[in-house]
Amino acid sequence: MTIEVLRAGQLTTVQDLGRHRWQHDGVPECGAMDSWAARLANLLVGNAEDAALLELTLTGPSLRFRRAATIALGGADFGALLDGAPLAPWHSARVSAGSTLELGAASGGCRGYLALAGGIEVPLVLGSRSTCLAAAFGGHEGRALRAGDVLPVGPAPGETRRRALAASLHPEHRRVVRTLRGPDVDALDAASREKLFGARFTVSARSDRMGYRLEGAKLALREPAEQLSSAVTMGTVQLPPGGDPIVLMADHQTTGGYPVIAHVASVDLGSVAQLRPGDTLAFAEISLDEAQRQYLERERMLEALRQSLSLAR
Amino acid sequence: MRPPVRFAPLGDRALVLRLGERADEPTFDRVRSCAARLAGAHRAILDVVPAYTTVTVHYDPSRVESTSEPPHRALAAALEPLIHDDAHPPLIARTVEIPVCYEGDLAPDLDEVARHTGLDAQEVIALHSGATYVVRMIGFLPGFPYLAGLDPRLATPRRAEPRTRVAAGSVGIGGEQTGIYPVTSPGGWRLIGRTPLALFDARREPGALLAVGDTLRFHAISRTDYDRMSAR
Repeated sequence: MTIEVLRAGQLTTVQDLGRHRWQHDGVPECGAMDSWAARLANLLVGNAEDAALLELTLTGPSLRFRRAATIALGGADFGALLDGAPLAPWHSARVSAGSTLELGAASGGCRGYLALAGGIEVPLVLGSRSTCLAAAFGGHEGRALRAGDVLPVGPAPGETRRRALAASLHPEHRRVVRTLRGPDVDALDAASREKLFGARFTVSARSDRMGYRLEGAKLALREPAEQLSSAVTMGTVQLPPGGDPIVLMADHQTTGGYPVIAHVASVDLGSVAQLRPGDTLAFAEISLDEAQRQYLERERMLEALRQSLSLAR
Repeated sequence: MRPPVRFAPLGDRALVLRLGERADEPTFDRVRSCAARLAGAHRAILDVVPAYTTVTVHYDPSRVESTSEPPHRALAAALEPLIHDDAHPPLIARTVEIPVCYEGDLAPDLDEVARHTGLDAQEVIALHSGATYVVRMIGFLPGFPYLAGLDPRLATPRRAEPRTRVAAGSVGIGGEQTGIYPVTSPGGWRLIGRTPLALFDARREPGALLAVGDTLRFHAISRTDYDRMSAR
């Protein structure tokens, strides 16, 4: 089973849940920016949640299915048309051989996910099928898709029925994201400490899968800090000397030398991933205990959903 | 007596240990041995990343089994006995020879470094290939080694305008450090040569040629040898 790329869209890449075990070798994590949306989309087509899928960015691709398939869209709404008929996100659909899926401009977010029963079967590279754009490996030939590419899809995992995600479970995208204090927060001057958890920031046009630059409320340290590089994570908020914070995202470098003033809680990383250049963002402080409680609660919810979907098979 | 070292949180999916304040020999030895003990020490650990003065443990909170306390506390408690464990396994000390061609278009900034340092090009090559280096950290790009041991006479500031494309294998000087670009990428270091070795290859595991703690020596090769070795 294969799909053919007729039009590539702005930045369409093959992603799974990332490459986490080679960070000591400087290998970026990569993976779906809104991993929660990607996991839900996979469950809707009966896949394991870490199956490889397509991540769409702002403008989606146009694809032709050479064989019948089961698909589901998740994340932002790209106004999908399946052979001309509207196809809403968050439910699975059967696609017949020769069908064309056209994805337009994103609304209600920045990134969408197209899951296919069986997953996109590009080779595993260092334990993941995610595209590493910085070092040009993984995914489909280590790069974003282009018109003319043909992608292999694995065998569908058993008979797949129509599944839909209840509206109450559709992810909400927060503009105020829950955020932990970072180790260097006390190095900020008093005014900046107040701004960090109060000001509204604007996502800069110079934002990508590596990181989001935030403008509009410059932060400053009490005194300039020289720091030795150390490991960072997705969600780490760094403060470079210019005063505009950066939220590190999925393709972040594994180490960094700027002061670390905060970390976006894992449960709200999907909300950050859905922000577009020009959108505003604010940080609301959350404790580590509470952030992990929310994280575990959401994992339990997903496990319950997985159970109910497999019973519905 | 050193104060007790404790795990500190780095967001909600990582813990970090600070094992010293400066990038000195004793701190480096503690970082290496501690990272070796922590790697694979708990099922929740995804990766352990050593740096100049820190060891970071990336973990999955949902794989820490604890009902009574939050995952970060339970994991830190489980790992703390391993921080100072004198019965650590002996560290492997590898020495890696890196052939470098310091000639022509493979060394576009060699003359610039010579001018800045007041040396001639041959002296720059002799000092760079005459020293012994240690990999202190891997970061920035897959397989990029931060090396200690550059002769201070060779220190040269980075370019004001980074190049948009630096070829894989390029050997550079950035301030007081030297390093090797493992993959083609943008970069601001002064390029004084290129190695035909693949510092990073995603088709092998591990993908990185070098690891933290490796000892490294550069030796000069001719353009003919460079081309012959690259063709392999």
